[in-house]
Amino acid sequence: MEKQSVGGGDSPALPGVPNRNNKPRTLTNSGSTQASVETLDSPTGSHVEWCKQLIAATISIQMSSIPPDTASRDFKALRDGAMQVQMDEVPLVPGETIKAVAKDVMYICPFTGLVTGTLTSTDYKLYFISLERDTPFILDVNLGAISRLETISVQSHGENTQGMEIVCKDMRSPRFAYKKEDASQPEIVEVLTKHTFPLSNGLPLFAFLYKEKFLVDGWKVYDPISEYKRQGLPNESWTISKMNSSYEVCDTYPALLVIPTSIKDDDLKRVVAFRARHRIPVLSWIHPESQATIVRSSQPLVGPSDRRCKEDERYLQTIMDANAQSHKLTIFDARQSSVADNNKAKDGGYESESFYHNVELNFLEIPNIHVMRESLRKLKEVVYPSTDEAHWHSAVDQTHWLEYMRVLLVGAVRIADKLESGKTSVVVHCSDGWDRTAQLTSLAMLMLDSHYRTLRGFQVLLEKEWISFGHKFAARVGHGDENHANSERSPLFIQFIDCVWQMTRQFPAAFEFNELFLITILDHLYSCLFGTFLYNSEQERVANEVQTKTVSLWSYINSQPEDFTNPFYVDYEHHVLYPLASVRHLELWTGYYVRWNPRMRPQMPVHQNLKELLFLKAELQRKVEELQREASSSHGSLSSSSERTSSPSHSGGTPLHTTV
Amino acid sequence: MLSSLGSAGGKSAKPSFVSYVTPEEIKSEKEPSRKEKHPDLLPGEVVFCSASTVLKYTQDDLSQRGVFGALLCTNFRVSFVSDEAPTEETGQLFKNKLYGENDIPLSCVDNIYGGYEDKKKLITGGLVKNKYPSKMIIHCKDLRVFQFSLSFSKEEDAKKIFQGIVHHCLEPKSLRCLFAFSYCENTSYPEVQRKKQTVMFDSVEDWIQDMKRTKGNCRVVSENSNFELSPKLPQFFIVPSNVSDEDLTKYQGKGLPMWCWSHHSGCALFKTASIPLVQEDNVPQTYMEKMLTAVAHNHLYSVKTEDLSDTLPAVQDILLSYNKFKQFFLIDNTTEFWMSDMKWFSSLDNCGWLDIIRQCLQKAVEVVECLEKENTNVLIMEEGGSDLCCVVSSLVQLMLDPYYRTLLGFQSLVQKEWVAGGHAFLDRSNHLHLKDKAESQSPVFLLFLECVWQLQQQHGPAFQFSETYLTVLSDSVHVPVFTTFLFNNDSHRDNILRAESPHTQRSPLNCPTVWDWSVQFDCKAQDLFTNPLYSEKPKQDTSVRKSYRPKHLRQLSLPSSAFKTPPKKGFFKDEADNLKKILGVKRLSRWMLSPSSESPQTSSSVREFYEAWQTKPLDYHGLLLPCLDGPSIRVWMQRYLRWIHDVQILGGGPVAMLSKVSEILGEVQELQRQLDRHGCTLTSNHKGARPRAKTASVIAARSSVRLSSSFPFVTSRNWLFKPAIPTSLLQSLMVTGMAGNLADREDDGGGPESLV
Repeated sequence: MEKQSVGGGDSPALPGVPNRNNKPRTLTNSGSTQASVETLDSPTGSHVEWCKQLIAATISIQMSSIPPDTASRDFKALRDGAMQVQMDEVPLVPGETIKAVAKDVMYICPFTGLVTGTLTSTDYKLYFISLERDTPFILDVNLGAISRLETISVQSHGENTQGMEIVCKDMRSPRFAYKKEDASQPEIVEVLTKHTFPLSNGLPLFAFLYKEKFLVDGWKVYDPISEYKRQGLPNESWTISKMNSSYEVCDTYPALLVIPTSIKDDDLKRVVAFRARHRIPVLSWIHPESQATIVRSSQPLVGPSDRRCKEDERYLQTIMDANAQSHKLTIFDARQSSVADNNKAKDGGYESESFYHNVELNFLEIPNIHVMRESLRKLKEVVYPSTDEAHWHSAVDQTHWLEYMRVLLVGAVRIADKLESGKTSVVVHCSDGWDRTAQLTSLAMLMLDSHYRTLRGFQVLLEKEWISFGHKFAARVGHGDENHANSERSPLFIQFIDCVWQMTRQFPAAFEFNELFLITILDHLYSCLFGTFLYNSEQERVANEVQTKTVSLWSYINSQPEDFTNPFYVDYEHHVLYPLASVRHLELWTGYYVRWNPRMRPQMPVHQNLKELLFLKAELQRKVEELQREASSSHGSLSSSSERTSSPSHSGGTPLHTTV
Repeated sequence: MLSSLGSAGGKSAKPSFVSYVTPEEIKSEKEPSRKEKHPDLLPGEVVFCSASTVLKYTQDDLSQRGVFGALLCTNFRVSFVSDEAPTEETGQLFKNKLYGENDIPLSCVDNIYGGYEDKKKLITGGLVKNKYPSKMIIHCKDLRVFQFSLSFSKEEDAKKIFQGIVHHCLEPKSLRCLFAFSYCENTSYPEVQRKKQTVMFDSVEDWIQDMKRTKGNCRVVSENSNFELSPKLPQFFIVPSNVSDEDLTKYQGKGLPMWCWSHHSGCALFKTASIPLVQEDNVPQTYMEKMLTAVAHNHLYSVKTEDLSDTLPAVQDILLSYNKFKQFFLIDNTTEFWMSDMKWFSSLDNCGWLDIIRQCLQKAVEVVECLEKENTNVLIMEEGGSDLCCVVSSLVQLMLDPYYRTLLGFQSLVQKEWVAGGHAFLDRSNHLHLKDKAESQSPVFLLFLECVWQLQQQHGPAFQFSETYLTVLSDSVHVPVFTTFLFNNDSHRDNILRAESPHTQRSPLNCPTVWDWSVQFDCKAQDLFTNPLYSEKPKQDTSVRKSYRPKHLRQLSLPSSAFKTPPKKGFFKDEADNLKKILGVKRLSRWMLSPSSESPQTSSSVREFYEAWQTKPLDYHGLLLPCLDGPSIRVWMQRYLRWIHDVQILGGGPVAMLSKVSEILGEVQELQRQLDRHGCTLTSNHKGARPRAKTASVIAARSSVRLSSSFPFVTSRNWLFKPAIPTSLLQSLMVTGMAGNLADREDDGGGPESLV
């Protein structure tokens, strides 16, 4: 039944108005992160259509009071299977339970003013509904997206009023006010805090409580063996090694690693010891023609005394030799050279060109995670709640967010170019090889390999370069942890997804997935609804039985791929895409960062027209085929066929049903 | 190490026709008897001077490489003719028939710089006294940049061509010298089907028709058809019906409310040139009040006035801002480009150009709000009445009237508001380089096109014309062939064209207008002017455009300001008295709040209006409003970045989507053909999907992978698929300021220390 779907964001019906609780497909969309619906409108079909996507991640919009005449085909389709839900019933996802309810809470909406309503806390979300206006007003925040809960002073809203600010990781900070003397109030704050930070309160993450069943099993998306096989591995130079199968060699690496065939076990041990956190150079991607490879690792433990490790030097030599096309090897150190030097003092460092023969070392000058965190914090100030008009660009400029994006893209382009034009293998590392390294290798692979630009391929890319290779999602995001000031937190993954979005903007036809897909990923990075982004390493995930006890984000995505598909997609097979790393071509991703501002929302799905065209095409195609069938069997009536095709239904349309 | 990669990347990206021989070799090779090359001259085109062995630098780097050829100056253009065998022009799909990629129409020259060793000096005309520069850098108004080296030519030739170009491009000249006249005398353009297409507003019928179309009921004035009333007034115009004959000429048309457009509710938009009010002299005030009453009389005795001179930037400020803005795109070399890339966003704000665009759009929205929500007549005014009035009134009409969002409708709008409306194109573009007109130069029309582009970006499917169309239109202003942009007003145009006519006593000189697009582009190229995703109006109601807007839009019960609309139609004496009282007391008070004085209130009212509109279902054939928030006003990338090689996205850009759409359109057409063969039609109610697969034919054949974001202006020739990386500058470009101590911290080593 519909109710079981992820519908955290679906909305209850109003009396007398058919509910739009609907097909699982649309419903599940909203199950992602919830968002505030700051709209007070009476949306029509097109609006609904648009909402379906944006909401995806985000909004549970109130679709009440839809004038019957404006309801579109979609809308009718949506209404099928509608069910009456009590007005004040909180929509729940399977496994979700209500923990506390508080009445007469005021939401201090930065866009439309004060609204009073009921605030509900479940173990998964915070849900605010107000019925005081013509159309219900709903604000819906995923607990996982909350960075911290703070009491604020709200004197202006009357005496004895207590204020609460919910600072979120997804760029918004809704504020509530409620009467102090009400005995029920302290409770809800406590409950909220408890469930917002389950790990700090001895509770499980919600992903372990979530009971949704999907037809597709997203955990099967990534199989290292078949992904390496797709790349043509193993081959004579490279082998898939099981040396780390119990995570004993390196606890932050995956079980399967691709390493040079000819390396001896003893030598390997020394290399392991010489690389920070034992993250030895391993293959990430191999060029199908030139056999040039992208190899990732951590920094060598050179130290202040310029230690050498013959085995490590030979190891890199072997990597170079595996590629017959070039007698060089390029190392890209993602760090700023000054920082890399500082690391020497702390027993880290970088490969010396005089010890490693035929090796060229480049620094990509990318600032560290703390700089990035600070940059995003500044960006939030710029985009929420309101945006400056006249000084918008300088304000964005001062956050340096786009500037860092540029530096990152430049780095990735250089890596891709080295492989493609230089036919030279590259080694990429930063300090530990799980932050900037993951950003760079995955971006370069996205440029080089069109497979990763498909919906499935991109999932594989994330599973491989980010999740299995130990990007510390738990530490960087801080799932369920109340220590919001932890300096380990940093928006590196967001930065990466933003870079991908920049690429999709520059190459609107080259990616099979759409903007909604990227937003959905980011929303579930925080949501804790799916197990995909939980924990720091494969080892931890195995230990916590993530695959058996939680649902994969890809299960949800792949059970309705049409929602996440780009209608403009053309397979640029074998084409390397170099995004333009000029600030002139980078723009702030308003669809993500500024989406809480109702003024920034499009009213119409961007590619509505194209979709109509696609439907027309599908119809015509059907009709032509029918006619041909009829002609060949030389009987059958035209009228019946035209009747069938003349009432097209979007719901039965082509797979290219979504907008970007 | 870093730099090597960078320059290697740059070099290999060069087109293949680059000469790799050193200049010395060339010199010795050259035979003095070598025949001079000429471009294919247009009718009436005459070569003034030329020089051979001129090196044209390839635009995008500092290296001394380039192509040798002849540089010529004609009465139409500066032209460079390469010595190399012409490369296959097949790639040139979007070829302009009047001038090629190495031609610069004289009016298109913006600035000329002389290059002396490492210095660059702006040439302002006159004779260059001392040393002749060895290098000549030309910045064009369409933002191309040319660099020529004259040091390989004979000194005499070099001097001559340099002086010639400077003279013909920068020195004051008479209107008669513009190429249009010799061109038109030597060509005959039959009065093409132009009439059928664009409404020119050069006849009384055009005006009557337009007023009928919008159901206006004002007075059409045709008494000025021979400029008997006043040369300052348009040939034909419309005024409120209460305006008497004597009022027409009182202040040479100043203060006279000119009808622009009628809203379906009956209220209308008027514009006028304001009369400077002198304290002692009461006469103009009385006249002004009379005119206001006349406007108010048009509908419900309500009127709002808006003096744009007070609330929008002056034309000089517009020029200043644009001059700063355009510098970001006039790139002499790659280093400069990447350096400016760093400061890009801040520079954008500093020059204020985007903010001026926003202000114009906002003002237009304010006027729309009065017309649409309050059903009040609006009179906009400014000194002259033909600059920002044109911008605002045309924008208002674009937002309110879907007809003007079609290609022909848009052209008619430009004819109505700008050409017939008396925008001083000649003075504003200063084609003649008259010193006394330097002050009046200002890119007002471009500002309008910028605003249209913003609207188009935000509501693509509502416009039948494409971005490319707007870009080409903005270029055409600087091609001195079209009568559209050569004159200051109707009588000016009429006088000159009559005087220049070869057959005196007969019809005036027949010159093409810019709307005769076939003068510039062949049919195939013109297909790129239409937007394949245009959501066409459903057939059934194209016949009569009646109440196309859903009623509910008018029922917005938002707080209305100052001047309340009377509840009922019709004349009520006390209401009229009331009006008079207000007029009397407030004189020319501005009933509309101006942003400068009451900024928060106005913008919040506009904001409310926008938000109320935004919550309604979007109708591409109804009211359109722009979002004015910071992120929504963008840079017109196609126009400004198209020539900069470094920022061309190979295989990307909007054309990638376009080609996909074209492909589908083509398929749909094919399917429909098949169906037609089967003799049956599909009853489809897809309004957007009436396929006009014109664009398809243009792009379909070429894979979008091979096109770039500069399409169609630059077609990728032999470009290698190489990235542009600013590597050599990486170090110097790094932001270090803000990073501070954070940058030195270790990613994970810090332990549990917490930040703020």
